Amino acid sequence: MDAKTYTAPPSIGRYGSRALVFGVAALALAAAVSFLFPQEHIPGPVQFFRAYLVAYIFCTGLGVGSLAWLMLQHMTGGGWGLVIRRPLEAATRTIPLLALLFIPLAVSLFVHPGGESLYEWSDAAKVAGDEALRHKSAYLNPVFFIVRAVIYFAVWGVMMYFMNKWSAEQDKTGDPRIRRLMQDASAPGLLLFGLTVTFAAMDWGMSLEPHWFSTIYGLIIMVGWGLSALALMIIVLTVLGAEEPMEGVYAPLYFHDLGKLLLAMVMLFAYFSFSQFLIIWSGNLPEEIPYYLRRLRGWWQYVGLSLILFHFALPFAMLLSRGVKRHARALRNIAILMLLMRVVDLIFIIAPAAYQDTAEPTGIHWQDLLTMSAAAAGLFGIWLWYFFGQLTKRPLMPLGAPELEKTMEAAAASAHH
Amino acid sequence: MRKQTRPPTYGLIAEFESPGDVIAAAERVHEEGYRRVDAYSPYPIEALSEAIGVHHSRLPLMVLIGGIIGGLAGYLMQYYLLVINYPLNVGGKPFHSWPQFVPITFECAVLGAALTAVFGMLALNGLPEPYHPVFNAPNFALASRDRFFLLIMSTDPKFEREQTAGFLKSLGPREVTDVEY
Repeated sequence: MDAKTYTAPPSIGRYGSRALVFGVAALALAAAVSFLFPQEHIPGPVQFFRAYLVAYIFCTGLGVGSLAWLMLQHMTGGGWGLVIRRPLEAATRTIPLLALLFIPLAVSLFVHPGGESLYEWSDAAKVAGDEALRHKSAYLNPVFFIVRAVIYFAVWGVMMYFMNKWSAEQDKTGDPRIRRLMQDASAPGLLLFGLTVTFAAMDWGMSLEPHWFSTIYGLIIMVGWGLSALALMIIVLTVLGAEEPMEGVYAPLYFHDLGKLLLAMVMLFAYFSFSQFLIIWSGNLPEEIPYYLRRLRGWWQYVGLSLILFHFALPFAMLLSRGVKRHARALRNIAILMLLMRVVDLIFIIAPAAYQDTAEPTGIHWQDLLTMSAAAAGLFGIWLWYFFGQLTKRPLMPLGAPELEKTMEAAAASAHH
Repeated sequence: MRKQTRPPTYGLIAEFESPGDVIAAAERVHEEGYRRVDAYSPYPIEALSEAIGVHHSRLPLMVLIGGIIGGLAGYLMQYYLLVINYPLNVGGKPFHSWPQFVPITFECAVLGAALTAVFGMLALNGLPEPYHPVFNAPNFALASRDRFFLLIMSTDPKFEREQTAGFLKSLGPREVTDVEY
C-alpha cells in the first residue's frame, strides 16, 4: 500500500453534529413526558431515571461491547477484525463519556419522591420494612453500588487506555512486538470483561427486582452488549464504505465474516434468554416465577413474542443465507433491526420491574414505551456524536499492523466477484 | 501425428506455484466459459472456490430441509410420547407444554442437518472413490504440500485439446499436462 492514509471523510463530522442535535432533542422529549405525564405510582423523576436506565445500559453496551470485540479480534486475528479495529477503538474511547453519564444513576439512589425510587433497595425506609432487603443491604446499598461502578469503569478505562495507546504506537513504529503485546493482554482482559459485565448487569438491571435472581442474567446482558456493538460496527462500515478513502476497501468477504458473527450472537442471545426462561418456567418457584408472570401476561406477552420473532427468528433465518451475509446493504438492514430490538429487549427487562407490587397482569403504559425509546434514541445520538468525533482522530485502518498489506491484497483478490 | 492417436484423456491439468497465480488463472478459465473445472490446493482458498463456482451446490438446501425434517420429527416424537402415548403430569403443567419440547426439537434439527450434510456431501461428491484419474497427473502429490492445480475436464463442452492446452499455458503455469484415465 503506497501512501494511503485512510483519513476519515469530513461527512463523519457532519453526521456527528446532526446526531447530537437529534439526541439532545429526544432526551429532552423523554424528560418532558416523564415530568408532564407521570403514571400513578411513578413520579416524574423516577420515570425519567427508568427511561435513562434503558438508554444507559444500551449505550454502555456499545462502548464496553466494542472493548470485548477489540480484545477478541486481537486474540483471533483475521481480516474482519482488522477492518473494524479502528471503529472499535473509537467506540472504546467513549468509555470516559459513559462514566460521566453514570452520574444520573448515582443521583437516582438518593431521590425518593413520594417514597418511590428507581431501585427500591436504595430507599432506607423500604429496606427497613423488608427482611430480604435488610439481609442484602451489605451488598445492595447506595455507597457500595457507586464504588462498584467506579471499579467497573476503572477496569474498562485501563483496558481501553492501553489498547488505544499501543495501537497508536504500532501506527508510528510498526514494531511487530506490539501485536504480540496486545494479543497477550487481551486474554486476561476478556476475563476481566466477563467478570465486570456480570456484576454490572446484576447491579444496574437485576437489582431492579431485588427479590429475584437469575445466574444467567449477566450473560444475557453481555451477549446483548456484544450483539449491539457488532451491529453498530456493521452499520459504521457501510457508512464509511460509501465514500473515499474507504470506498471498495470493505470487501464482501469481511461482511460475510461479520455476518457469521452476527448470526452467532443472535443465536447466543436466544440460547441464553431461552435458558433463563426454561429453567424458571419449569422450576415454577415462588421467588423466581414472578419475573415471568409480570412479563408474559397481558400486553407484555406480545412484546416477548416480538422478541422471539424479530430478535431471533427473522434475523436468524435471513442470516442463514450466504448471499445476505455478503451483501453490505442487506446486512446493514439486519444490523439496524438488531439495534432496535436490543432496545425493545431492554425495555422488556426493565419496564415491568416497576409494577412488582400489583397482582393483576402488568399493563403496558404508553409513558414507558415513549420515554424509554426516546431516551434510548437520545442518549444514542449523544453517544454517536462523541463516537464520530473519536473516529475522525485516527486513520481508519491500523497502518502499523504487520498483517495490513497481506489482508488488503487478499481482499482485493476476492473483490473481483 | 502421434497426438491424434492419443487415447481420450480425463482432462488437462495446469500446475501453479502460488495461490495468487492459481486464483487469477481460475478466474480467466471461468471467464473463458469453461465450467467443468476443478482446482486442488494444500489448504482451503475461499477465493479459489469462488472463482470456479463450487459454491453453487445443492447441499445447503438439502441441509436446510434435513434440519427442518429433524426438528419436526423431534417435536412430533415428544408430542406423541408425552401427550398421546404416555401422558405424564409434570409439576401440574399441561401435557402439551411446548417450552420443554424446545431443547430436544433443537437437537433433533441439528442432528437432521448434520447427518444430511455428511451423507449429502458424500452423495454429491461421489466419495468414497478408490480410483480417480487426477492422481495420474505428475507431481499431483504436491497438491497436499505446496503446489496448486487447476484442471479442465475433457467432458467440458468447450474442451478442445490443442486449444485448451494452449490457453492454459498462456496463464503462466509451471507445466500443463494431460491427465490419463
